[in-house]
Amino acid sequence: MIKHAKSKALYDTFERKGAGQQVSHYCPGCGHGTVHNLIAEALVDYDITDRTVLMSPVGCSVFAYYYFDVGNFQCAHGRAPAVATGVRRTLEDAVILAYQGDGDLAGIGTAEIVHAANRGENITVFFVNNAIYGMTGGQMAPTTLIGQKTMTTPEGRDALHDGGPIGMAEMLNALHSPVYIERVSLSTPQGVLKARKAVRKGLKYQMEKRGFSFIEILSPCPINWKMESGASRKWLKDNLEPVFPVKNFRDHSKEEPLKGQKSELMTGQQLLQLLQGDAAITEFAESSLQEEQYVKIAGFGGQGVLSAGMFLAKGAIAEGLEATWLPSYGPEMRGGKAYASVILSRRIIGSPVVDSPNVLIAMNLPSLLAFEADVVPGGHIFVNSSIIERKVTRKGVQTVYVPASDIAKDAGLLAAANMVMICAYLACTGALSIDTIRSMIPQSVKQEKHVQANLKIIDASLSYLQQQGLISSETELL
Amino acid sequence: MNYITIEPNLCKGCKVCITSCPKHCITLGDAINEIGYQYAVFVPGSPCIACGICFYVCPEFGAITVYKDEEETHG
Repeated sequence: MIKHAKSKALYDTFERKGAGQQVSHYCPGCGHGTVHNLIAEALVDYDITDRTVLMSPVGCSVFAYYYFDVGNFQCAHGRAPAVATGVRRTLEDAVILAYQGDGDLAGIGTAEIVHAANRGENITVFFVNNAIYGMTGGQMAPTTLIGQKTMTTPEGRDALHDGGPIGMAEMLNALHSPVYIERVSLSTPQGVLKARKAVRKGLKYQMEKRGFSFIEILSPCPINWKMESGASRKWLKDNLEPVFPVKNFRDHSKEEPLKGQKSELMTGQQLLQLLQGDAAITEFAESSLQEEQYVKIAGFGGQGVLSAGMFLAKGAIAEGLEATWLPSYGPEMRGGKAYASVILSRRIIGSPVVDSPNVLIAMNLPSLLAFEADVVPGGHIFVNSSIIERKVTRKGVQTVYVPASDIAKDAGLLAAANMVMICAYLACTGALSIDTIRSMIPQSVKQEKHVQANLKIIDASLSYLQQQGLISSETELL
Repeated sequence: MNYITIEPNLCKGCKVCITSCPKHCITLGDAINEIGYQYAVFVPGSPCIACGICFYVCPEFGAITVYKDEEETHG
């Protein structure tokens, strides 16, 4: 009878390498294949192949997706634990493996692994440490030994210049949350069998929902170490293992799994309450939005550009629409350039970026100059004519000139010129109800006298627009 | 009777199985395979105990299959 054969968790042939291919891309004697085999065997033995999601790293093992017949993400360099976290939060029953090398995990991805471990994410991380950057041709890695010659340390790694080898298992063992941390080595057959046990424990603990498991596997890289396979295993034992002790660092599996409060998703009402603080929730009109609004509000810092955008977005949410608000501003609090991109839609919004606005609200001249050309044909441009003397030169857009600063000043609150522009925009386009804006003001403006001033400004704005014949006189005034 | 088979075209001749086998049942063959390596071969009639060590240390996928208590037919 067959006692050991290729795992069913590996594809029969690796079609993505080329039709009918059955051989891996790994160099002769590389440890990755051995680790792959150990994981693949466990996936079948635990019958979890169908619900396993593997995070491929950047590095030699990026091609893990060629071989494993499981779900896969090819993660940005070092971000496997972060992507794994996302999958964990989305798929409750998935078995999630992050497979990373030393450049990926201990170099560029140091932050991600530390914080995933610290959160105790219920994932299993396989950290294949061969003390060198393999894929890129043998450069120094964070785990390279002192004195070890690599392409970038031709005289050997110098502790004073390059730092020392990072012990990731030791580092993570300083954290409270991980459940299982073990370092194993592929230097000997006994070591491989111990690695097999560790791989299985790491998977089992995840299936039992115990939390974060980390298995560091010291692995040979014969090609970049410039050795025969056999010699590389001896070198691994004689040099790597003294620096990276092979042992179990932690096994908290005997303790009760951490129990936390599982947070429920918020209801729409709760979310609204949160957005509105302690203010009473007002019933808002159902939205009559016809066309998706891609709004760019631009001016200089201090003109209330960002808060105007936020006000619009909140108004849209109050009317049951989807909305995004994306601010952009320089380092200066006042006086610098500032603009907000706001999207109002009946559908879920994919990206909050507004490159081609159909509404431009220009609070000052540089904003008009910067964004006038971007407005789509048929779009609206609202110009604060109090401080912008220039006229809109381009064709195919509807332009509304509003002396916003003057109207606001006359109503006693110059800082609320942004409210005049919002009113003009909403009254002319009907994107949101003016009543919604009126209802929101008491909740958004802290001082009572400013509430009154803002309400007065809304009326003054509408009067102006009516006088100019920009909106019908039937538009309701309070 | 126990034995193993080694797929000639999946072996890269790293010799890890050869040095790991406790009963010295594997050796490097003379032939060169499709991917350009001298590949490992099972020595027919050698005292294999089907321990699976060669299988576990082998870095290739499906190169080695271990048979236990079976007549050797694959050679």
